Amino acid sequence: MTTPTLSIQNLTVDIPTRHGILRPVQNVSYDIAPGEILGVVGESGAGKSMAGNAVIGLLNPPAHIASGEIHLNGIRIDHLQGDEMRRLRGKQIGMVFQDPLTSLNPLLRIGDQLTETMLAHLDISQSEARQRAIAALEEVGIPGAAERVDSYPHAFSGGMRQRVVIALALCAEPSLIIADEPTTALDVSVQAQIIALLKKLCRERGTAVMLITHDMGVIAEAADRVAVMYAGQLAELGPVREVLTAPLHPYTDGLMGSTPLASRGKDRLHQIPGAMPRLDSLPQGCAFHPRCPRTEADCKVSPGPQLIDGAACLHPIAREDVA
Amino acid sequence: MRGRFPLDPSARPLSAGRMLAYTIQRVFQSAIVLLVVGLVAFSMFRFVGDPIDNMLGQERTMEDVERLRAQLGLDQPFVVQYYKFLEGAVQGNFGVSFRQGRPVSEILLERAPATLELAAVSALLAISLGIALGVFTAIRRNGFGANVIMSASLIGVSLPTFLIGILLIYLFSVKLGWLPSFGRGDTVDIGSWTTGFLTSSGLRALILPSITLGLYQMTLIMRLVRSEMLEVLRQDYIRFARARGLRERAVNFRHALKNTLVPVITVTGLQLGSIIAFAIITETVFQWPGVGLLFINAIQFVDIPVMAAYLMLISVMFVGINLIVDMLYFAIDPRLRVDRTGGH
Repeated sequence: MTTPTLSIQNLTVDIPTRHGILRPVQNVSYDIAPGEILGVVGESGAGKSMAGNAVIGLLNPPAHIASGEIHLNGIRIDHLQGDEMRRLRGKQIGMVFQDPLTSLNPLLRIGDQLTETMLAHLDISQSEARQRAIAALEEVGIPGAAERVDSYPHAFSGGMRQRVVIALALCAEPSLIIADEPTTALDVSVQAQIIALLKKLCRERGTAVMLITHDMGVIAEAADRVAVMYAGQLAELGPVREVLTAPLHPYTDGLMGSTPLASRGKDRLHQIPGAMPRLDSLPQGCAFHPRCPRTEADCKVSPGPQLIDGAACLHPIAREDVA
Repeated sequence: MRGRFPLDPSARPLSAGRMLAYTIQRVFQSAIVLLVVGLVAFSMFRFVGDPIDNMLGQERTMEDVERLRAQLGLDQPFVVQYYKFLEGAVQGNFGVSFRQGRPVSEILLERAPATLELAAVSALLAISLGIALGVFTAIRRNGFGANVIMSASLIGVSLPTFLIGILLIYLFSVKLGWLPSFGRGDTVDIGSWTTGFLTSSGLRALILPSITLGLYQMTLIMRLVRSEMLEVLRQDYIRFARARGLRERAVNFRHALKNTLVPVITVTGLQLGSIIAFAIITETVFQWPGVGLLFINAIQFVDIPVMAAYLMLISVMFVGINLIVDMLYFAIDPRLRVDRTGGH
């Protein structure tokens, strides 16, 4: 078996506060193989982005990695500090943020933002960097890249800016891309283009992608595997087809039921009763049990089994039930 | 994007033509402001006192007083006096000082270099140190050094200028005897400009007054830069710059500082105007032979031509600086310019 590009083992992120320690990410483990797209889904506050920020070393203090290990191409990176971590960012791990309107510096030409990134990581000359910047813009589908390289971000539409952001994330040829809700802020008509672009570029280069989103449509379209997160923990992990069509965890099932699908016709959408618990008041046992239709006595006492592949649930939905 | 722009934030980028129209409009507005300032000034002068009292000695007759009053035009309503002042001013003639009997323009030109040199040094001090310390305290937000500087800056903001001046004189002139307590030191004439920059005594004489004058502006700029910078450092594009693995220095100075400067320029510009205006107090404390000291003496003597010319000069500077500041936005913020490659 080849070394996974990214391997997260038992990752726990803590935020110490005056009222105790909050744990936005708890004991999460998953791998992403080269060229693979792992979708990470969950509600707001489920810890999806926090895990991504932990990988790239951009947790906002006082949040910090409390335990667990992160390996990138077989090398441990979670304990790297300062300049060592900086060298990794952009060079090994690229990141795409949610809002393309705010993630580009409004006062710098996009060409300069591209070249400064390349010059920070690659041993190339200024003119070579400029040539590469134009090529990178062409690659992400910016028409007239040679002229537009000297434009400021305000001259681009939202979808075009997200293309620029993707070019920026990929320009030093990282082996992993963390895309944090890359389409959430975009028009629906542009979303599919951006996802297709991201998918194509990463396939071509064998770049692994951590695709963080709450949009099941995006997951179905792009991801190879899915990790479902709930209250900071991994609820279910598996190939996208299996998880979407035959979920094992009752939470995934509820999540799928509450996603509008054209094929389902005009039926009313299913709701998961209640709300995700706040991090400072997680219930005993399985975090999902107060909202779970399959709760039994043991769910209130012990958390679900340690998840390797499948669902972290004591009473998972059997595959036959659904079929 | 937050920001205090001279234009409506939704405005389209300006084309060269609209830019010119905008400039002309602003110049026109500035002229109106100047006219109103002059009108208000002239309506106030008669409350300052009667210049005739000072000009004629004890043995004066009523006829002497009336004759002089008519001769100086002081028997006219203030609007008429103002009109006559304007009539002369547009021809470069600001009248003759009641006290010195010389043309006001000559006196002002003689005094202006002292004030301008003092103001320039103070402004340079305030801007360079203000921005440097502001950036430092923003980056080392919770560091010991930053906290000390922030606490010390409260002193700069709250102590009145004259007190700072007197304290500095007490410490460095009286107790330590390092620096002169008054005057400009030796000066050198370059054409009609007398400069203190070229002699060591002139430079030494500049130190205390420029610190006194610039300290308040410096602390103000520093606190402003700090709060703006903290705001900018929270923006997504800073996170993204970090996520791209740029060096801390590039993130702080290339990305954050430039965005910080847009709103800072407005306030700084206005502060430069007030440096020249506040020079009155500093010049009085240090007996600095500039236009501020001239104005204070003119008030005591009710020297109307000097007061009027001084006030107009200060207004021209304020308005001019404001105009330059608005134009600077275009230089810094590309969103206000028309984009070369254009289009969406």
